[in-house]
Amino acid sequence: MRIAQLTQDKTGATVLGVLSAVTLIIPLFNLLFPVDSFLHFSAYTVSLLGKYLTFALLALSLDLVWGYAGILALGQGAFFALGGYAMGMYLMRQIGALGVYGNPLLPDFMVFLNWQELPWYWHGFDHFGFALLMVLLVPGTLAFVFGWLAFRSRVTGVYLSIITQALTYALLLAFFRNEMGFGGNNGLTDFKTLLGFNIQSEGTRSVLFLLSGLSLIGAYLLSQWIVSSKLGRVVTAIRDQEARVRFLGYRVEMFKLWIFVYAAMLSGIAGALYVPQVGIINPSEFSPLNSLEIVIWVAVGGRGTLYGAIIGAVLVNYAKTVLTGLLPEIWLFSLGAIFVIVTLWLPKGVVGLWQSRLQERAA
Amino acid sequence: MSLSSLSPLGKALLFILMFLSTSFVVRAEGDVFAQSLNKLAQGGMQEREQAMLEMAETKHARSLLVLQALLDGKLLSLKSDGKLVIGVEQAEGYQLKDALTDSDLGLVERSNVAKITMTNKLRGTLRKALGQLELSAENPEIRLAAVKAMAKDADAKDIELLKNRLNQEPNVKVKEAIETLLLLDNMRSTDRELRLHALQALQALDNVEVVNRLETMLEKDADGNFLESDLEIRQKAELALKKIGQRKQVYSAIETLFFGLSLGAVLVLAAIGLAITFGVMGVINMAHGELMMLGAYTTYVIQQLMPNHLGWSLLLAIPSAFVIAGLTGIAIERGIIRFLYGRPLETLLATFGVSLFLQQTVRSIFSPLNRSVATPEWMSGSWQYNEFLSITWNRLYILIFCLVVFVLLLELLKRTRLGLEVRAVAQNRTMAKAIGIPTARVDALTFGLGSGIAGVAGVALSQITNVGPNLGQAYIVDSFMVVVFGGVGNLFGTLVAGFSLGIANKFLEPYAGAVLAKILVLVFIILFIQKRPRGLFPQKGRAAEA
Repeated sequence: MRIAQLTQDKTGATVLGVLSAVTLIIPLFNLLFPVDSFLHFSAYTVSLLGKYLTFALLALSLDLVWGYAGILALGQGAFFALGGYAMGMYLMRQIGALGVYGNPLLPDFMVFLNWQELPWYWHGFDHFGFALLMVLLVPGTLAFVFGWLAFRSRVTGVYLSIITQALTYALLLAFFRNEMGFGGNNGLTDFKTLLGFNIQSEGTRSVLFLLSGLSLIGAYLLSQWIVSSKLGRVVTAIRDQEARVRFLGYRVEMFKLWIFVYAAMLSGIAGALYVPQVGIINPSEFSPLNSLEIVIWVAVGGRGTLYGAIIGAVLVNYAKTVLTGLLPEIWLFSLGAIFVIVTLWLPKGVVGLWQSRLQERAA
Repeated sequence: MSLSSLSPLGKALLFILMFLSTSFVVRAEGDVFAQSLNKLAQGGMQEREQAMLEMAETKHARSLLVLQALLDGKLLSLKSDGKLVIGVEQAEGYQLKDALTDSDLGLVERSNVAKITMTNKLRGTLRKALGQLELSAENPEIRLAAVKAMAKDADAKDIELLKNRLNQEPNVKVKEAIETLLLLDNMRSTDRELRLHALQALQALDNVEVVNRLETMLEKDADGNFLESDLEIRQKAELALKKIGQRKQVYSAIETLFFGLSLGAVLVLAAIGLAITFGVMGVINMAHGELMMLGAYTTYVIQQLMPNHLGWSLLLAIPSAFVIAGLTGIAIERGIIRFLYGRPLETLLATFGVSLFLQQTVRSIFSPLNRSVATPEWMSGSWQYNEFLSITWNRLYILIFCLVVFVLLLELLKRTRLGLEVRAVAQNRTMAKAIGIPTARVDALTFGLGSGIAGVAGVALSQITNVGPNLGQAYIVDSFMVVVFGGVGNLFGTLVAGFSLGIANKFLEPYAGAVLAKILVLVFIILFIQKRPRGLFPQKGRAAEA
């Protein structure tokens, strides 16, 4: 057991090392080397890798919920999208009079819908600090209310999975409505500046990349600390034997709620970092399929390890980029195959495979 | 002059004269018709109008046909000799028939004929003349249409015609329409008693025209005076409107209820297969929607194979879809699910993978575009009960179909050997195994049954939505909701849940809009599951603990 723990930490340390290196090297190289240099990363590569990092953060948050607390949440994408929308709203307000209609008060889509004034829930989003707060608070509050209701009435297992899916589905439908005031079908896009910096510029992209990497590292360390703390151990115990933990006197629902809200906030941060890098947020982020894809990232990487989620997110998304580039038809076939193969033959994911190899060699 | 004052000879002469005159009239009718046709062909606009009216008056057997052809622009004159013909346009020219004698004149090129031109005024007259002719047509549908056409601007002559027609009209519906029209006409008269009387009768009618007329009576003109000066009549009109309005509300509630039931039927059909696989076996099959999609595509393919027999192809599609989806289901169970029993979350993920696979397969074969499946004639259109209530046939059939499928399934589970075994395995797998039930085989067959029903649901869906690769996805969340809401493992619960969700959805729609209604229902279910995690009708006993 001790040896296993040690090797696990070793893998974790390796992943962390690689992650830190990538996080620092890419922006640094882009700063040091001229644009036409071999060591200069193109804007496309930087935002692509930055996107992977935010996905990794999202996968990390799901691993906390699924891998450690045993809650298969099929609606993690909803928290990601909400964080993204909060950031998107700030970026929308930053456009100001630069929009197509040149209206200093209203975003383009509201002018288009003939709205006269800003809806109340848009107020405050012109302050960056407020938007950041909302990035955490909106997903956090939703997770709190939802989790409070669900965990207290002991909805578990498959039922919980299905109602989390219903939650994100309901949000999908709601955000598609123009009346909601979030741009309906098209979502929020055409962003210009972030804190005064041009969002398209190389420098901003590098900084966003750096921030994504740092957030991921920070979240990883914090989560690692949490899961190895006493609280984390209780959460893991709940996953394995919920009834027994309850009989020991722990308030199971509170532990679940805590980890669920924390994970939702991490997802929110991931969404907030994702939006400025891809330049758009629309309701499709809420689609149940997206949330299921997150689950497969974690499953491929190996759940219950945290770094497995990071590896899985990067692997699957890299495969997605390559395969959709080659032949779009292949991607869904492959994704379907991954789902089946991983659940049937790789219950511990890539990380589990790697570790069993290591153990074989040690033995 | 009286007959008795005539001499016998005179009497005889008179009889001869009368006889001659009647036969003359008969012959003359034909002549008048021919003359009118002539006038129509050669005369100016005024003469044409006269000719039309004459034709209508003669009640010649061919009048209706010719006048209708004139209205449709199918009455042509041959350029060579000015003869009037009725032409049906074809690719190569016109297929002609003599307007007078109906004899076949063969195919003629377009340049050889000229259309009889019409003015708007003429068209108006013509329509009216036709209406009068149609009133005495054989087909009651034509008569009804004629009465309805007259309702817009009935003049004294029309009223006279209608009054005459009323007594000899055999059809109830046509009679009712005439009565309504006459009552509405009475409202125009100056006789106060008559109007009050008419109002009294009008309030029992469910007719949009009546509502419109009554509403205009209560309107004010520009100076703020009521269009209807008589206070009592206004009050009576208001009362009548209120009564009609109440009935209208009842009808619209019935209609909403029906829409709700039909939506519920779709939900039940989609969920009932899931109720078997999820409810009885405890398997989460995320590919359930895709099995429905397979059923819908089966319908499409069969229809492509036999395009001339829409009805039969649809009937044939039901067993085919059952078999195809069922076999696919058995393959999924044997290939994947049986390795994952007791691990519901893994089953969920694996079957989701299968669903993506099936979706992409269909997309590769049939293209990502939606395919439309034709509806056979007996399923299209709607049944009009009255002007406030109509029910679409396809929805009604789906409702019936859903109930039939449900009853069949229930009987299958209750009365057959397989059903017995399925229930035994669901209740206690180990015990069932111990007494010699081949559980593995039963699992495969149960899953096949649930999947087959999904396929059958797909056939029904193909009749109300477009068939595309994403068809299944749209229903998967809904159908899980229905099963969970109804209580897992309870078929009746699924039925009740499906119908009540459908009805709730449709009753919310007028207030909240379609999308918001759906969201509200979803939120309601989420909250409901918090309160009753095991659904409306939870399983009781030891089986529930598993």
